[in-house]
Amino acid sequence: MTKELTGNEIKSAINAKFNDLIISVEHDHLVIKNNKEKLLDFFNSLKKENKFNLLSSVTSVDYMSKFVVVYHLTSIDKNESLIIKIPCGESRKEPSIISVTSVWRGAELQEREIYDLMGIYFHDHPNMKRLLLWENFDGHPLRKDFVS
Amino acid sequence: MSTELVTMNIGPIHPSTHGVFRMRVTFDGETIIDAEPIIGYLHRGSEKLAEERTYTQIVTLTDRMDYTASMTNNQAYILSVEKLAGIKPAERGVWLRMIAAELQRIAAHSVAIGFLINDLGAWHTPLLYLLREREKILELFEMMCGARITNSYLRPGGVFMDAPDEFWPSLNRFLDEMPERLNDIENLLTDNEIIVSRTQNVAVLNKEDAINASITGPMLRASGVDWDLRHRNPYDFYDKVSFRRPLGTVGDNNDRYLVRLQEIRESLKIIEQCLDLIEPGPIKPEEVPFLVRPGEGDSYVPIEAPKGELGFYLVSDGGISPFRCHVRAPSLMNLTLLRDMVIGYKIADLFVTFGSVDVNMGEVDR
Repeated sequence: MTKELTGNEIKSAINAKFNDLIISVEHDHLVIKNNKEKLLDFFNSLKKENKFNLLSSVTSVDYMSKFVVVYHLTSIDKNESLIIKIPCGESRKEPSIISVTSVWRGAELQEREIYDLMGIYFHDHPNMKRLLLWENFDGHPLRKDFVS
Repeated sequence: MSTELVTMNIGPIHPSTHGVFRMRVTFDGETIIDAEPIIGYLHRGSEKLAEERTYTQIVTLTDRMDYTASMTNNQAYILSVEKLAGIKPAERGVWLRMIAAELQRIAAHSVAIGFLINDLGAWHTPLLYLLREREKILELFEMMCGARITNSYLRPGGVFMDAPDEFWPSLNRFLDEMPERLNDIENLLTDNEIIVSRTQNVAVLNKEDAINASITGPMLRASGVDWDLRHRNPYDFYDKVSFRRPLGTVGDNNDRYLVRLQEIRESLKIIEQCLDLIEPGPIKPEEVPFLVRPGEGDSYVPIEAPKGELGFYLVSDGGISPFRCHVRAPSLMNLTLLRDMVIGYKIADLFVTFGSVDVNMGEVDR
């Protein structure tokens, strides 16, 4: 059975130098600050030190007050899974976050999909353009304020 | 000798692209220099549509994602709803949906193998042997729920109707006949010189790259990683059945074909064990309402679909429709490395590799 780490277990597992990134510890996930400088180091240490080698899914939710990017990570070696949530774009104008494509290639198409449908820009992504819709499509349909 | 580079569009309308898939490929003579997949031609906005439908209505949307594997799509979605709403499914319902899911896996792998051989140039004859077996499964589905492809068979808590009495002898007959048919297919294909020389050591994918690119399912196992969610994270009653997990050694197109073929045999074994363990009883708990209304929260339950890890990320705000419904589509993720896999090979290997990845455009585009 894959062990789903609770918020407290994730907090004790990660390297202590990233503790200042934590916004809150919830029962099944951690909420992390959208810190452009340290976020990539944090994900790299999750992969290298904590052996979370499989990025199961990256997705995003529009809560109107903020966007949240949700990462589901799995460790094939240890058979564990964890959830990280990163709020971004509180002003709704040009929300952006760092791309994790350099850590896990699997994020490449998923981040393009998020950019396409939710309008969150991923910095340092090798090919940041729309995935499913056409180039000059106006708006991002999965946003709650999208009018079709 | 290098020649002038030619950039060519392949698809979206092309018999070997399994739907509406397009690639912009740059060739140096016959050799592939660059290949960029361009998708979105079948995008129907299922995730947005789900936000305006009730939890039971969304089952019909999931059918139309990977339309060669509707039962497992239903299963992934229903498991996520059950976790979100805290519904405990009825035992007989769970056994029925496991039987349906394993039958679906056989049908989906038959389609995958058949079209792979088709892409190799064995025009339609081997494919029809496999589609004939798939047809028997579709007839079984028709008995179970009245539909062949877009089944919508599962409901929160179990399934919507019990299989009729005549289903069970038909299923037993299928289980008796299928191993013999598989032997025929193996004799016809596995040692075939053309297939071996065209697929062995073509588009090799190693373990580390496969895991790093979020590749799952038979494609990951063909690269030698023992990762099957039915075994590593058993959902439904997969912890009560035993099965082998076939693994590849090289990670080439031939391994991807062999792993799928062997998985069909394992699925047959699982169904036989389900038949021993299933008992009469309710197929769905009485107390589950038609209008499911989960509390606030989110859930993600990954399952082993025929193409890989499939999961629905559902967010509820306490209403009758999900606030957000995201599909983690294995077909999309498995395309990530297509470019890296085909560079340096010939144009004819492009389609074989694409066939061995086994994507379904309904799921890629949603």
